[in-house]
Amino acid sequence: MKNTFFMLAASMLLLTACSSSGSSKDADTIKIGGDFELSGNVAAYGSAELNGVKLAIKEINADGGIDGKKIELVSKDNKSDTTEAASVATNLATKEDVVAIVGPATSGAVKAAIPAVTRAKVPLITPSGTDDSVTLDSSGKVQEYVFRTCYQDSFQGITLANFATDKLNAKKVVIIGDNSSDYAKGLTKAFKKQFKGDIVDEVNFTSGDTDFQAILTKIKDKDFDVIYLPGYYNEAGLIIKQAREMGITQPILGADGFGDSELIKLAGAENVNDVYYTGHFSTKADATDKTKDFISAYKKEYDAEPSAFNALGYDSIYLIKQAIKDADSTDPEKIKDALEKVKDFEGVTGTMSIDKDHNPEKAAVVIQLTNGEESNATIINP
Amino acid sequence: MKIFNRNNFCWLGLIAFSFILLSVLINIGVIDTFYEMTLVSIGINIILGVGLNLILGVSGQFSLGHAGFMAIGAYSMGISYLKYPTMAGFALGIVIGLILSGIVALLVGIPTLRLKGDYLAIATLGVAEIIRVLIINMKITNGAAGLSGVPLFDAIPMWQLVFIFVVITTVIILNYVKSSDGRATLSIREDEIAAESMGINTTKYKVLAFVIGAMTASIAGALYASYYGTIVPTNFNFMKSVDILIIVVFGGIGSFTGTFLAAVVLGILNTVLQDIGDLRMVVYSLALIIIMIFKPSGLLGTKEFTFSALFHKKNRLSKKKGDPADGSIKH
Repeated sequence: MKNTFFMLAASMLLLTACSSSGSSKDADTIKIGGDFELSGNVAAYGSAELNGVKLAIKEINADGGIDGKKIELVSKDNKSDTTEAASVATNLATKEDVVAIVGPATSGAVKAAIPAVTRAKVPLITPSGTDDSVTLDSSGKVQEYVFRTCYQDSFQGITLANFATDKLNAKKVVIIGDNSSDYAKGLTKAFKKQFKGDIVDEVNFTSGDTDFQAILTKIKDKDFDVIYLPGYYNEAGLIIKQAREMGITQPILGADGFGDSELIKLAGAENVNDVYYTGHFSTKADATDKTKDFISAYKKEYDAEPSAFNALGYDSIYLIKQAIKDADSTDPEKIKDALEKVKDFEGVTGTMSIDKDHNPEKAAVVIQLTNGEESNATIINP
Repeated sequence: MKIFNRNNFCWLGLIAFSFILLSVLINIGVIDTFYEMTLVSIGINIILGVGLNLILGVSGQFSLGHAGFMAIGAYSMGISYLKYPTMAGFALGIVIGLILSGIVALLVGIPTLRLKGDYLAIATLGVAEIIRVLIINMKITNGAAGLSGVPLFDAIPMWQLVFIFVVITTVIILNYVKSSDGRATLSIREDEIAAESMGINTTKYKVLAFVIGAMTASIAGALYASYYGTIVPTNFNFMKSVDILIIVVFGGIGSFTGTFLAAVVLGILNTVLQDIGDLRMVVYSLALIIIMIFKPSGLLGTKEFTFSALFHKKNRLSKKKGDPADGSIKH
């Protein structure tokens, strides 16, 4: 049976022989790798980001490239699988000699790719891995080669606290938390830390609950201005429905877990009024001067409205371009150093500066829902 | 039967030779980091495939729950190695995984292995899903977010560790198959009623094969956790069980040589196809369909490669009468 090892070795040899002829290093192009979910259960995210990435590269190349060098995209499918995400990252970093990698879209896949990029010393930028721990290791130290263009989960709590104070003039808040998910716990913690007003009451539910009458009755007669509801759309939808039907009319604030059309289906469009949540991008609010151009360019290229994933993918490429220019080099190590120092980079999702934890300090968009429709979007600066 | 016969020496030589060959290839850089990763994942798949082949090919029971046992191994390793990032922590992770998966397989196996055919497949599928949902809802496993930052094992290169475990699990399983217990298990596959009428306790042997298979899967899971450093519950869903099933069916149900060959071929195919992006799953699936049409019994059917058969053939060719190679009948 062990003879198959022999075959394995032989086939490996063959494989190397075949591929080594193809990958000669071309000095006239800059290779950027794409590690995206193009098939599998979150293929929608990965494909959307790849569209944004492709548009950005097309624009840069049409504009003469970076210092005369054209960008070449090497995109590979990670099948929405963490193992594949690691394997693709290794492939891109060691075999394709890319200068930087964009993707994957989900936090789990990014974490799986971290050992690979750290070993190969190639920077990786994730457009949408929002988990706080993505850029930090288990002891809280920053992951040297990992960056992102989206803000992290806890930042949303801060943004929402500012929004409640500044825009909704809220003094008294009720928190309806979810004590069974890290996402919700992180959001609650960040909100409490930032919010200067009074937290009247804090009640908790558990993911999977469907009946919230008890906790809603408890808060109904309290005096408060805003409900803070960190959680995912499946429980949030039902809570909104039951609260509105009970006659609780105060504004409801949530994070990007609300950003799914299922929320409106669960709550019923007529109940979704005065609901606000943080998003990464909205076509209704221009985060920077570049946003308008991006929207029209995207419509021209793909004949569709750009989503947050498109915009974040697009920004990731321009961020790499910025870093290459700042470093005046295409050496991955120098690009990484330059990325750490990026200040006031103007993207389409906001103006960002990379902080010491490799998170972008940038504005968030707070989207307002009226009758289940996106009626308004406000830019909240950090 | 002597342990030190010609066949065993040949196998030992082959193992040593493959090991040295791989070391040389890696040292001179023919196998780089990326191919090394493929090598490790092929090794892990071989362990999984060999374990499932024992359940599917030898005892003839259709199990769709292999990923669940892999998950137990992976999480045992992840939790223990995160807590104690030492050799002892690593060993503890493997041992806990083995014990837990063995107990779960035993508890599940005793009632479900009285079921036959499709029912068993559904029951094992259910078990794997229960394990996954439990992992999602437990605190110690960090829920749906999974564990990350599991230290990478670096006392010896990972591929060597996987190589050693491939050899150990394969030797154990093949020895079981060739033992009298293994023969009893085989008879269940051939005809359960006949086996029972010969006085074989069919449930006992089915459970035995199931438990051994589950324990090897937990070893594969443990290696997986310490190589990739990140484990999330979705890694061990129904599709993972199907992937392992594909390896066994593709290589030929009941043929361990086939499992090795299939794991290697599919591993290489998967790596090579990474370059073609979106079309990858189409080509991969087409390759599976074509093989299944032209070789419905898998790459090797039920054939096995053995040195004894090789010597036997050679002897026959040189027409030496009355001098059968030792070990051609007994193994």
